[in-house]
Amino acid sequence: MYKLLLCLRYLRTRYIALASIVSVMLGVATMIVVNSVMAGFTTEMRERIHGFLADVIIESRDMNGIVDARAQIQKVKDAVGDDIVAVTATVEVPGMINYEDPITGKTFTHPVQIIAIDPAGKASVGPLKDNLVSYQPILENGEVRHPALRDLDEPVSFNLTPEAQDYRTLKAQTDALILQEQGIGVQEMDDAADEGLPPEFEEVLTDDEPPTSFEEPQFQNQPEEARDLAAPLAARVFIGEQITSYRVKDPETGEMRWIRMVQPGDDVILTTVGSGTPPEPVHFSATVTDMFRSGMSEYDSSLVLMNLDQLQENRGMIVNGVDAITSIQIKLKDYSDAESVVRRLRAKFPPGAVVVSTWEDKQGLLLSAVEMETAILNVLLFMIIAVAGFGILAIFFMIVVEKTRDIGILKSLGAGSNGVMTIFLSYGLGLGIVGSAAGVGIGLLFVRYINEIEDALSWVTGREVFDQQIYYFPSIPTIVNPMMVFWVALGAVTIAVLASVLPARRASRLHPVRALRFE
Amino acid sequence: MNETLKMSPPLISAQAIEKSYAKGQHKVPVLRGAGLSAQRGEFISVIGQSGSGKSTLLHVMGLLDAPDIGEVMLEGRRIDNLSQAARDKLRNRVFGFIFQFYHLLPELTLLENVMSPLMIRNSILGYFRQRKAIRDKAMEMIQQVGLEHRAKHRPSELSGGEMQRGAIARALISEPEILLADEPTGNLDSETGAEIMDMLKKLNEENQLTIVMVTHDEKVAQQADRIVRLEEGRIATLSREAA
Repeated sequence: MYKLLLCLRYLRTRYIALASIVSVMLGVATMIVVNSVMAGFTTEMRERIHGFLADVIIESRDMNGIVDARAQIQKVKDAVGDDIVAVTATVEVPGMINYEDPITGKTFTHPVQIIAIDPAGKASVGPLKDNLVSYQPILENGEVRHPALRDLDEPVSFNLTPEAQDYRTLKAQTDALILQEQGIGVQEMDDAADEGLPPEFEEVLTDDEPPTSFEEPQFQNQPEEARDLAAPLAARVFIGEQITSYRVKDPETGEMRWIRMVQPGDDVILTTVGSGTPPEPVHFSATVTDMFRSGMSEYDSSLVLMNLDQLQENRGMIVNGVDAITSIQIKLKDYSDAESVVRRLRAKFPPGAVVVSTWEDKQGLLLSAVEMETAILNVLLFMIIAVAGFGILAIFFMIVVEKTRDIGILKSLGAGSNGVMTIFLSYGLGLGIVGSAAGVGIGLLFVRYINEIEDALSWVTGREVFDQQIYYFPSIPTIVNPMMVFWVALGAVTIAVLASVLPARRASRLHPVRALRFE
Repeated sequence: MNETLKMSPPLISAQAIEKSYAKGQHKVPVLRGAGLSAQRGEFISVIGQSGSGKSTLLHVMGLLDAPDIGEVMLEGRRIDNLSQAARDKLRNRVFGFIFQFYHLLPELTLLENVMSPLMIRNSILGYFRQRKAIRDKAMEMIQQVGLEHRAKHRPSELSGGEMQRGAIARALISEPEILLADEPTGNLDSETGAEIMDMLKKLNEENQLTIVMVTHDEKVAQQADRIVRLEEGRIATLSREAA
C-alpha cells in the first residue's frame, strides 16, 4: 500500500517529474497528429488514385489492342461474372495535344495520355462525375461562388453545358464577324478558323452530324459551314485541368491562381498513332466539353478523356464493323476478392496478349512509397519518445538520489527491495500514463482543430501554411485510427516504465544503513 | 543474573560480531567481536565515543546490516542468516527503530508516517480491507505520544521533539518486541530529550518493552537498567545500575 501512496505523493510533489511528463506528452501528441494527417492524406490519395483507376484492369500489351469489345467483355463476364458490378472497355494510347493560347495566339503542344471511354460505362466502374469540373461548385476561398454547372443527377456525357455552348456560339460569331469585316470569304474563313489543319480535319468536320437544336436568327442567312462552327465537333474530350493551365501569382493579392488557356467549348488538336503497320501518325480536332480534375497532379497534367467510338475510328481500330480496345476496366462487388478475380482472369486471357492487374498493382510504387514514408516518420517520432524516456531515466536517477534516505527509512521499517523497486516502477508507469493521457488529449484536440490552427498560423505568419492550391484539399484531411492511438499511448507508457527500471533497481539495491546515513 | 533467567535464552543476543567497512581500498574494522544480549523487558543503553561501533552494533542487531562474523539470535534462533524477505518481515514485526534524525518521510503526514509500517505489512487489498482499524490504531499511537492535534501535519511543520514522538509512535504501531533507539535524544535540547527519555522509560516499565538504546551521553545512558560500554568495537564494561 505504501508503494501506491508514495508513488502518488511523489507524482504530486516532484515538479521536476513534470518535465518528463511534458516530454512524453509532446511525443505522444506529435505521433498522433502526424499519423492522423498521414492517414488522412493517404486515404485521400488512395481514393483519388482509385477513383480514376477501376478495381481490376485488363490491359492489352499491344497498342493496337484486342479485337471485339463486346466479345471480350462477355469473356470477362463468363469468367468472373458473379464478382463484378460493372465492366467497360477503353482505349488508352499516348498522344499529343495542340492548343492555342487565346491571348498571345501562341500554340502549345504537350504529350498526353489519351483515354477513350464510353462515359456511361466509365462512370459505372468508378466515380467519373466527381472528377469533372462541371459537376463541382466553383469555390473561392473555400466558399461556393457559383453552383455546379451540371446537376449531379445528370449522367456523364460528352455534351457541352449550356454555358460552354453559349461561349462556343459567341466565339464562332466573333470569328465570323472579324473575318467578314476583313472581307474574307466563307471558304477562306473556314480555313483560317482551322488554323491550317491538314485535310484529315476536314474529313472529321464532314463526318460531323449537323446540329439540330441550334438555330440563331443572325445565322439563318449564313452558309451551312458557318453554323458548323458553333456546333461541337464529333470528337469530344475532357482534358486534364493542368495540361492547359498555368499558375500565376496575383501581384495585388499575392494569391496563386490558375490561368486557363482552354475553356470548355474550345477546340484542340489531338495527335496519336494509327493502328496500321507501320504506325502512321493521325491527328484530328476535338471539342473540349469539360475539364478533368481528380486532384492527382499526375492525372490532371496528362490525361485526355475522349469518346471511344471517335478514337477508334480515327485510329482505324474499327475493321469491318469489329472494333478493338486496349483495356477493360472492372468494378468488383467486394474488393477483397481482387486476388481471386485477377487469378481467374489471368487463366482466361492469354498472358502474351494482356496484363491483368489491380489498381493497387498499377500504383504500387506510389502507394508503397507513401507507406514507407509513414513508417519512417513513425520510427523517427518514436525516437522522440525514446528521448523522452532517457529524460525520465535521468530525472529518476536524480529523484532516487534525493530520496535515498527515505528508501533507507522504508527498508528499516521492513519494506523489501521489491517493494522499493515497485514504488519507482509504478512511478514510471504513473508518469507514462499521465503523459500519454495528456498527449492523447492534446493530439486529438490538435487533430480536431487542425484547420483552425492552420488558419491561426497563417494569420500569425502572414502566409498560407497549407496552400489549398497546391494540395487541392479545402482543408487538411485527417483520420484518427483508435488502434493507432492505443499503440502510441501503450508504446509511450512502456518506454516510461522501461526508463524507470534502472533507477528503480538502483533504489532497491541501496544498502539501508548507507541510505540512512546519506546526507 | 540468576539461574532461572539463564535457562531461557535471551530475547535478543548478538554474539562475537565482527564488522568492517571498506573505505577506499582499506578495510576499516568497526566491530571487533562485540556482543550484547537483552532479556525481555530490559532497557539497555550502549555508550561509547563516536566511531566506537555502537550504531553499527544496533544496525546488526536490527538486521539493517549483516555481520561479517558472528551471529544474531532472537529467542535462541539465529536470524542474521535468514533470507532477505524473512529479515524484512522481522524488521517490520519484531523491531522498532528510532533514529537521531527522526527519519519521518517528508511527503507523508504524521498520521500516514505512523501508519506506514502497517501499510508495508499489508498488501493494497489487505490495507483497504482494514483501513479503518489501521487508522484507529495509528490515531491511538499518536494520542499516546500526545500529538493528536498534529496528525494531519507534515514532518516539516513539526518541532524536533514532536518529530521524535511521531517516530516513537511509528515504531510502536507494529507492536515490536524490541525497540532499537539510535541516539534518540541526540538532536534535541535537554528538556525535550528528557521528555523522550521519560516516554521510553514508561514504555519499558509499563509495557515491558525491551529497549536497546545507543547514546554518547552519560546522563541519558544512566537512565537505563544496564549500561554497556563500547570501545573500539569491543565491549569494555558491563555495568548494572538501577535507573
